[in-house]
Amino acid sequence: MRFSGLKIFREGLTGNKGWTKHWRDPEPKKEYDILIIGGGGHGLSTAYYLAKNHGLRNIAVLEKGYLGGGNVGRNTTIVRANYFLPGNSEFYSHSLKLWENLENDLNYNVMHSQRGLINLFHSDGQRDAFARRGNAMINQGDDAILLDTEGVRDLIPYLDFEQVRFPIYGGLYHPRGGSARHDAVAWGYARGADTRGVDLIQNCEVTGIDISQGRVTGVQTTRGQISAKKVGIVVAGRSGQVAAMAGMRLPIESHVLQAFVTEGLKPCIDHVISFGMGHFYISQSDKGGLVFGGDLDFYASYAQRGNLPMKEHVMEAGMTLMPMIGKARVLRSWGGIMDMTPDGSPIIDKTDIEGLYIDCGWCYGGFKAVPASGYCFAHLLATDNHHEFASGFRLDRFKTGYGLIDEEGTGSQHNLH
Amino acid sequence: MRIPCPTCGDRDRREFYYVGDAQIINRPSPEASEDTWDDYLHNRDNPAGVTKDLWYHENGCNSWLVVTRNTTTHEVQHAELVTKLKGDGS
Repeated sequence: MRFSGLKIFREGLTGNKGWTKHWRDPEPKKEYDILIIGGGGHGLSTAYYLAKNHGLRNIAVLEKGYLGGGNVGRNTTIVRANYFLPGNSEFYSHSLKLWENLENDLNYNVMHSQRGLINLFHSDGQRDAFARRGNAMINQGDDAILLDTEGVRDLIPYLDFEQVRFPIYGGLYHPRGGSARHDAVAWGYARGADTRGVDLIQNCEVTGIDISQGRVTGVQTTRGQISAKKVGIVVAGRSGQVAAMAGMRLPIESHVLQAFVTEGLKPCIDHVISFGMGHFYISQSDKGGLVFGGDLDFYASYAQRGNLPMKEHVMEAGMTLMPMIGKARVLRSWGGIMDMTPDGSPIIDKTDIEGLYIDCGWCYGGFKAVPASGYCFAHLLATDNHHEFASGFRLDRFKTGYGLIDEEGTGSQHNLH
Repeated sequence: MRIPCPTCGDRDRREFYYVGDAQIINRPSPEASEDTWDDYLHNRDNPAGVTKDLWYHENGCNSWLVVTRNTTTHEVQHAELVTKLKGDGS
């Protein structure tokens, strides 16, 4: 089934009875060439690109719950390529280019909206840092415009510019940044992978990883043993548990990151905006809710809900930046579980076990990476070589200290990101 | 979330600074292998369930605490002074 304007029009006239299921619900086979553990955004995009770019078909995605039921359905949907450091810069640049053609590629409306991202700054030092970041983005071939106060005021006049404590000196404007419909991204990749012959197996929890003589041979699941030549672990949020099945300890600590949404409002915030003097960022969903968030709660957690101190901090920062949102009522809040690495950057690598690969450590930035992560992890799984855009995301960089990607410049230590 | 500081009693989480897994108090010797140091500095059991982690009572009595906590429910079960656990005040 292909989506088109004509098809939607015709279905609208005939009671929408012609839509079919987006993917099959197959029984797991006894053996696959490649198994992907985790049916979230990254796992599904990995399966999709394995099939599309590498022509592999005998692949299954194993998901313990339902497709897209984890972090890909719990994030705040920001898509951007405003990274500074080599290693990150080319990767996220590649990801944004994939985003820009994603709807054509998947024949699926992921509602990717390049509404522009504005990172505000509030001091001379911060302006210098953003100017430098903007130059790095331009050098990478992406877009960045350094705005002064008046430039910001033209775009987003509703901020509290006269704020005495944190005056707005300007902002780094990234016009190609924006947001997307998170669920649709998972669904689009799932449908694309399924159409190309990938088996998407839901309600199938991996309970063990079979290893024989240093080589992976398959997995144990709640739906029986499944053999495979290669296994990819793509379970950010639960990476530690799955890796432990293969006897590995990862440089990851799981943390909870909260997000909030207000009741639906008429369009009022046309961009993605981040505050530079407190952890707060905001955008408006297509349904009208203001979607915003802040920083981690800063303690190890798997609870998928946070505590009150960070809620208070986020609300205070929001009120400081744009007092108008005090009139909006918060509808709900929730938390997602982040794989936090010591340097705040992800891992896409082989492991010491032959045939076992891992894609994890996405910290709080996994959503925008969904296309490139799948693209590069598929490349690694299919060819055994790191993709040039993800060659820095090595598992051993913490041990050797070589190639750390500390975007925030705070140090490679667990509690600093 | 409240943490039962042994010297101050039940106090708001905001008074404390979180450091991470309590394994950090068992520092390897300088001569230990690269793998031992890598494990100590970076690798974590990261359990979903009961864990022990190191907190600093920064806006309180300035003690270092090992807190027993459940990462899936946020229930705080117990807190112990590091000096008491280590016995030598180091």
